[in-house]
Amino acid sequence: MILVVAEQHGGKLHRASWEAVAFAQELAGDQPVDAIVLGAGPGDSAAELSQAALATIHLVDSALLEPYTADGYTAALQHAIEQLQPTHVVLPHTYRTRDFAPKLAARLDRALITDCIGLTSGERPGFLRPVYQGKLVAEVAAEGAHPHFVSVQIGAYRADAAKRGSTAAAVKPLNVPLDAAAIRQKAEMPFQEAKQAVDLSQAERIVAVGRGIKGQEHIALAEKLASALGAQLAASRPICDSGWLPMERQVGSSGQTVAPKLYVALGISGAIQHVVGMKGARTIVAINKDADAPIFEIADYGIVGDLFEIVPAMIAELEKA
Amino acid sequence: MKIAVCIKQVPTREWQPRIDDSKRGVREQDASFEMNEPDAYALEEALRLREKHGGEVVVCTAGPARASQVLREALARGADRAIHVEHDRLSSITTDSFVIAGALADAVREEKFDLVLTGLQSDDQGAAQTGVILAERLDVPHATIVMDVQVQESVVRVKRELEGGWFQWVQMPLPALLTIQSGINQLRYATLKGIMAAKKKEIRKVMPVSLPAAHSSIVGLDVPRKTKQTQLIPGSPAEAARGLIQKLRDEARVIG
Repeated sequence: MILVVAEQHGGKLHRASWEAVAFAQELAGDQPVDAIVLGAGPGDSAAELSQAALATIHLVDSALLEPYTADGYTAALQHAIEQLQPTHVVLPHTYRTRDFAPKLAARLDRALITDCIGLTSGERPGFLRPVYQGKLVAEVAAEGAHPHFVSVQIGAYRADAAKRGSTAAAVKPLNVPLDAAAIRQKAEMPFQEAKQAVDLSQAERIVAVGRGIKGQEHIALAEKLASALGAQLAASRPICDSGWLPMERQVGSSGQTVAPKLYVALGISGAIQHVVGMKGARTIVAINKDADAPIFEIADYGIVGDLFEIVPAMIAELEKA
Repeated sequence: MKIAVCIKQVPTREWQPRIDDSKRGVREQDASFEMNEPDAYALEEALRLREKHGGEVVVCTAGPARASQVLREALARGADRAIHVEHDRLSSITTDSFVIAGALADAVREEKFDLVLTGLQSDDQGAAQTGVILAERLDVPHATIVMDVQVQESVVRVKRELEGGWFQWVQMPLPALLTIQSGINQLRYATLKGIMAAKKKEIRKVMPVSLPAAHSSIVGLDVPRKTKQTQLIPGSPAEAARGLIQKLRDEARVIG
C-alpha cells in the first residue's frame, strides 16, 4: 500500500495534496493507495479528498496537532506508519513537509527523496528530481528497507490528473498515542506581515528582474521597460533579499503567484522557487546571457544576450510605435 | 552562547555542470566552489547573535579537503574556530543527506552547542534535509525556513516563513537547531583584518572511522526536458528586440 500524507489548513485541503495523490497513483500501479489526514477536526478535508480513487483515508484527529508542530506531526506519523505498514509514503513538497519529513524519515531511518517531478518505471522506481539549480535532472533510487518517503514538487503533477473514485473512499479514524510533553515547539497563529499593497496576481503584464540585473542602480532600466509595456515590475527572491525591490514585489513560492498574459523575465535563471510562482503565465519571455539557464525550458520566446543591450533596444522599439 | 553553523561547499551558481561518462555524476574537476548561500545567511545570523549575547561561533563542514576553503572564509568573516569532518565517502558533491548529517552529528554532539544553525537547503543537491536530520540525530527541537531569531534565556523564539507571504512565530527550548532562509539579514564580507586573523584560527580535523549508510543513490543524470518549444530570436540586440516586440504584438498578441 502507498500512503499519501495529505495536508490541510483549518479543514481546507492544500491543493498540492491532490497532486501528491496523482503521483502516488502513478507510482502504485495495481497497489492500493491510501491517504492520511492529520489535525484537530480535519474531517472536512478528508471528505473532500474522499472523491479521489483511494482505498482508505485514515483520519488522525487530535487537539495536539493544531497548530502544526514538527514534533507533533513526526510522532503521529511515526505511529501511523508503524500501524499501516505502507511501502511508500508520498507527500506534497510544501514548506510544512520540508519541516517534518526529514525528521520522520530520520527517526525511522528510511530513505527520503524530496522535490520529485516524475517517475521512471522499471524493476525499482526511479524518482526524478532537479539538481544544480534545475540545470540537470537526477534519477534517484531509494536504498534500504521500506517504507521509502517521497515528496512531490508543487505543480509537477496536475491536481485534476488524480483519478476520482466511483464511490467515496472510506474514512476511518486512526488512533495514535500522542504525548503533549514530547512536543517541544510552541507555535503561534500564522499571520501576514502587512496587507499586500501590490497585488501582482491581477497584473496583465509583468516585467520581472533577477540576479542578472546586477545592481540596484539598474532597476530603473527594468522599470522603464515595464512602463513602456504597460506592465507591473516584479522580482525573484534574491533581488528582494538584497532590498533592491520591496518584498511585496516578489514572485515565487515565498512571494506571490501570478498568471499574467505576458511575463518578461530579465536575468532570471529560472530556479524552481521562482518558476512555481509564474509558470501559469500565458506568454513567457526570457532574456538571459546564459543559454543553458532553466528559464528557457518554460519560455515561449527567448533572447540569449546581454540584457543591458537588449532592454534599451526594446524600449526604443516600443517608443517608436 | 555557543553556536555551531553547518556550512556546505557547493559549486558556484554560474557553473554549467557536464554529465560524466558514468552518466551518474558530473565532471567535478570543471567546477569552482563557494559557500552555499543559505549557509552564509546562517553564519551571519550566528555572528549577530554572538554580538548580542556573547559566546562563540564554531563553523562545521563535512566534505573533502577542498571544503576547508569555506571554513577559512567563515573564519575571516568572524567565526571563532572550525571543525572539518573528512572521509572518503564525503568526497563527492552527490553525497546523500543522511551521510552528511550523520557525519556532522558525531562531530557536533560532544561540543554541547546551545544553538545549531544551517541553511535551509544546498544550492547543488537541494534536498533540504541535512539540517532537520541533524536535529533528530542530536535529539534537539528544530524549526525550518527561519526569518528571525530571538534568544531569551533558555528559549529561542523564531519567525518561520510559510507559503505565499505568511509567517508564524514558534518557540522552543534550547538547545535547538534552526534552518535559515536566505534574506534573513544583510551579509557582511570578510575584511583584510578578518582574513589575516583567520590564519591564526583553529580548523580541527575529524576523521570518522565509519559513517551511516546512504539512503539514496543517483542512478542517472539528464538535461531537463523542455515543456515548451522556445523560439529563440537571433540577431544583434536591436534586431532581436525588434523581432521580439513584433512577435509579442502579432503572434502572441499580448501587447498593443
